[in-house]
Amino acid sequence: MLRRIFSYMRPYRKYAVMAVVCVVLETMFELIIPLIMADIIDIGVQYGDRSYIFQQGALMLFCALLSLVFGVGGSRFSAVCGQGLGAELRKAEYRKVQEFSFANTDHFRTSSLITRLTSDVTTIQNSVSTGLRPACRAPVMMITAIIVSFFINARLALVFLVAAPLLGVLLFLIIRKVRPLYSKMQGAIDLVNRIIQENLTAIRVVKAYVRRDYEIAKFEEGNLTLRNHSERAFRLAALNMPAMQLVMYATILCILWFGGQMIRVGSMEVGELTGFLSYVLQVLNSLMMISNVFLMFTRSLASGRRIMEVMDEKPDLNDDEAKDVSVERGEISFDHVSFQYQKDAEEKVLSDISFHIDPGQTVGIIGPTGSAKSTLVQLIPRLYDVTEGTVRVDGRPVKEYPLRHLRDAIAMVLQKNTLFSGTVRDNLRWGKEDATQEEIEEACRIACVDEFIDRLENGYDTDLGQGGVNVSGGQKQRLCIARAILKKPKVLILDDSTSAVDTATEAKIRQGLAECLPGTTKIIIAQRISSVAHADQIIILDDGKIDAIGTHETLLKTNAIYQDIYHSQREGAGL
Amino acid sequence: MASPVNASGKRPRNTGKTLKRLMHYLGIHKFALLAVAILVLISSMANIMGTYLLRPIINDYILPGDIQGLIWALIGMGLMYGVGVLATWGYNQLMVRTSQRVVSEIRSDLFHRTQDLPLSYFDVHTHGELMSRFTNDVDTLTEALNNSFAMLIQSAIMVAGTITMLIVLNFWLSLIVIAFLAAMVVFIKFNGKRSKRFFTEQQESLGSINGFVEEMVSGQKVEKVFNHENQDFEEFCKRNERLRKASTKALSYSSMMIPTIVSLSYINYAVSACVGGLFVLGGIMDLGGLSAYLVYVRQSAMPLNQFTQQINFLLSALSGAERIFDMMEEQPEVDEGVVTLCNVIIHEDGSREECPEHSGQFAWKYPMPDGSTELIPLKGDVRFFGVTFGYTPHKKILQDISLYAKPGQKIAFVGSTGAGKTTIVNLINRFYEIDGGTITYDGIDVRDIKKDDLRKSLSMVIQDTHLFTGTIADNIRYGRLDATDEEVVAAAKLANAHSFIRRLPEGYQTMLYSDGANLSQGQRQLLSIARAAISRPPVLVLDEATSSIDTRTEKLIEQGMDALMQGRTVFVIAHRLSTVRNAKAILVLEKGKVIERGDHDELLEQKGRYYQLYTGQFELE
Repeated sequence: MLRRIFSYMRPYRKYAVMAVVCVVLETMFELIIPLIMADIIDIGVQYGDRSYIFQQGALMLFCALLSLVFGVGGSRFSAVCGQGLGAELRKAEYRKVQEFSFANTDHFRTSSLITRLTSDVTTIQNSVSTGLRPACRAPVMMITAIIVSFFINARLALVFLVAAPLLGVLLFLIIRKVRPLYSKMQGAIDLVNRIIQENLTAIRVVKAYVRRDYEIAKFEEGNLTLRNHSERAFRLAALNMPAMQLVMYATILCILWFGGQMIRVGSMEVGELTGFLSYVLQVLNSLMMISNVFLMFTRSLASGRRIMEVMDEKPDLNDDEAKDVSVERGEISFDHVSFQYQKDAEEKVLSDISFHIDPGQTVGIIGPTGSAKSTLVQLIPRLYDVTEGTVRVDGRPVKEYPLRHLRDAIAMVLQKNTLFSGTVRDNLRWGKEDATQEEIEEACRIACVDEFIDRLENGYDTDLGQGGVNVSGGQKQRLCIARAILKKPKVLILDDSTSAVDTATEAKIRQGLAECLPGTTKIIIAQRISSVAHADQIIILDDGKIDAIGTHETLLKTNAIYQDIYHSQREGAGL
Repeated sequence: MASPVNASGKRPRNTGKTLKRLMHYLGIHKFALLAVAILVLISSMANIMGTYLLRPIINDYILPGDIQGLIWALIGMGLMYGVGVLATWGYNQLMVRTSQRVVSEIRSDLFHRTQDLPLSYFDVHTHGELMSRFTNDVDTLTEALNNSFAMLIQSAIMVAGTITMLIVLNFWLSLIVIAFLAAMVVFIKFNGKRSKRFFTEQQESLGSINGFVEEMVSGQKVEKVFNHENQDFEEFCKRNERLRKASTKALSYSSMMIPTIVSLSYINYAVSACVGGLFVLGGIMDLGGLSAYLVYVRQSAMPLNQFTQQINFLLSALSGAERIFDMMEEQPEVDEGVVTLCNVIIHEDGSREECPEHSGQFAWKYPMPDGSTELIPLKGDVRFFGVTFGYTPHKKILQDISLYAKPGQKIAFVGSTGAGKTTIVNLINRFYEIDGGTITYDGIDVRDIKKDDLRKSLSMVIQDTHLFTGTIADNIRYGRLDATDEEVVAAAKLANAHSFIRRLPEGYQTMLYSDGANLSQGQRQLLSIARAAISRPPVLVLDEATSSIDTRTEKLIEQGMDALMQGRTVFVIAHRLSTVRNAKAILVLEKGKVIERGDHDELLEQKGRYYQLYTGQFELE
């Protein structure tokens, strides 16, 4: 796992090595400096050697400056490689999330994916940036101190053989207990995040129903859970410090006791004992640093696991069966297609759907609410994969097209329209990145965007705000249609995408589409008969099954559902 | 209303002010923090005393071979250490507890503020960016409080202690140390200021990444349909790179302080030792005094050293706190209303009396200047007088419009897209504040009505459906929290949602996730309508509530709603004219003005805009 996380540091490996080298060198100098210091007093002052004092003082200054250079280098390099690792992780993770199918995204939930991309990565990168220094420094300090103390008195140094494993066991116990707690804590963070995200997106509903207090109560519950979980985790982690201190103090007492005995029988000098003690302190301090680093990494591991869960998720939709082909004509056929969202769901959303659309035809799909009209068309650009049967485009199963080519050729205006933060132009350019002003204006003319674009504050450069809050529902739909037209698709799917557009405008758009995109296959889902009446064929969907296929005239004569819909819209017209 | 300049979140930042606000939160736990300080003091004392006692133990017991004495001394020392360990344990636990409490209070206050902010604030901030304040920014505070607070206290105690010792030992020599310490403090301050700029940039970039990811993951379908992955990835990388640069700089500058302070302290030591050596040689000081002095010089650097180890936590916490308090300082929705809504019983003589339970009759409780209240029956009489409004100050959507809707019946707003239909509803329930003119509701200026009561009086089904994580029943019950299961089913039946809910695997107990992702748009609308129906609204507002529902189902819902709202006001916004046909009054809007008014037949006779719209629908015949 660690190895996997660190494999993302590859571009910054050079910096990591330099950081380690710098920190080690800095530590070495820091070990030398006290020796020089001791000389100033022991030799210089003792013997009254003024020039020696200055000489050693200058030497110490020089060493201090060198250690400064290495120190600054070390902090710079560890910052570069830690933050670089974070950036690479985020990039790889985001790339992965883009491959996700909707089932994958639902599995994690949006809010959790966001935390995994930001705060989890932050935890890791910071523990590298700030943990690298103590992680390199402490072992150097510890090893030198241990070696020296063994030289001073090997028998007394045996105390380490008890103290170090004891520390290790304590640390291990803490880490083992705290690890699941960290995971729980991250789970609680996800929950709180979800509540916040839902409240932000649905703020209008919350305000309209005056549910402030209800939402606050909901939030407080999540907040309290988070508080409790994190308190428990951090409290346990905070045991580290007193536990280390306990061992450290006990060691000091033991050394005083055994050392005292040794001095009494004469196997040790007094000076050796004081020297020994200072090295013991150094060892124990280093161990404490190491244990802190370990705790930090434990937390990072919890975050790392969450990131790796994302990286390991298998995207449902892939290009495994793809050949290098692209859509030429826009002929579509469904061959006994069935579909369900979950493999184990009892009821099929679509069952046994078969039909054929010739290139350039216009097809209407109409049917009651919940009859799976949207689901049906989403199978064409492979937003979902069929459960049974085959969807073919140009006679070839959709799975044989690379997703990119398939979706390039099929433009779809979704029912739930999404516009993104940015200007009108930015949003339109989703359809074609390098679209010229003429192309944009042309598409906008067809989609009747030109009717209102001048009324927007800055025309094409008007900022839309998140989700396009600055335009009305109907305007949004028209922008989405224009965006789709810019793609110059072989197949254009309009999923109830003129529902908020008035009928006169809708007729205009329809006409524009027929004139400007004559070769494009058009599939139109609609509620209004008027939206589909002109189509070459109309598919009537009822409860996930095809009820009838025909033209306006034939259906009006033969199909009960169609007649019903027609009359419900005509009634009282008095015309 | 918050001006957009204000809402963009750019305002001069003031560290002092941020600290003051932070102190306010810490102040709530002042006793706990005081206890932490005392325990830190005890723990540090035990540590220092231990070192201090080594010499007497060696000199007095070990050298003379006094085993008895040594045992007692070690027991004493052990006890002292024991107290020290307990104190360390105590302050660590207490600090974790306190810091978790503080951040949870901050999160809670932030959420409260989110609920109170006007919609205009949410229009200009991406959701992910706001979420980032709850997570990434609050996280920085947690880290700092958990790790650094006790350390700060400890450092302060130790600095004060050692400086006193130094002054006592040798005043003149201590000047050198003080000068160096001052230099270090100045350096830390200077460098801290420099790196804090980058910490702030880091938190901002993190927020922008959060915002970007939230938008893109939510709009995943569109991204896939348009094959826009690569472009988005590029944009992501751009933001990612900005974050990387900022955080690398922030960390480089801040962690540079650690070796700098260490080196400075060595130089300090060297200078002190040299000068001290000269003092000794000059006979001003004795050798023993100098060695003792130099031990303390070495110690004096320790607290600053410790402090610099924490500095990146502290600086990023400061930047995070700024962003949190920035949001907390946003102006909440204005609510100066005094008129409230209540249920009333109408007595036989026509007089009204307030009653606590639901009676189906509502009235406005209007406080009179003499302290009594007057009950004004709620009818749903909404009038606009010369109302001017724009979502941004430069662009007026509604210009001096006046309109009047007769209460107690179905009133429809029709008009082409962007004519201002939704805006009108947004103004009635004061989602946004008008720039000029007056809106009255049953003769009362809406600004005089308490916002909550105003909104309770209007049950809205808004254009964008939003469902919450929870069961279907929970989502319907959102309209009225104390509704019984039977009432939930009744509302679902009314909205014609019952039949599809029944077919779901777990019926009303089916969990919805991700805004009800697996329901069709039409089904989501049915649930929204059920949610409105269950709230027993005095006035109902349907804003394109049935746009994704087929016309047959719509007719069934309409019948149910008509029965429910018998004699009460219903506002309907639709451009689908079959939806509004049976409304008693239809107002045709065009460019923010009412251009026609009447019922269906009258309007058709006028052969005006409505006639055009209506016949457009059936143009193919």
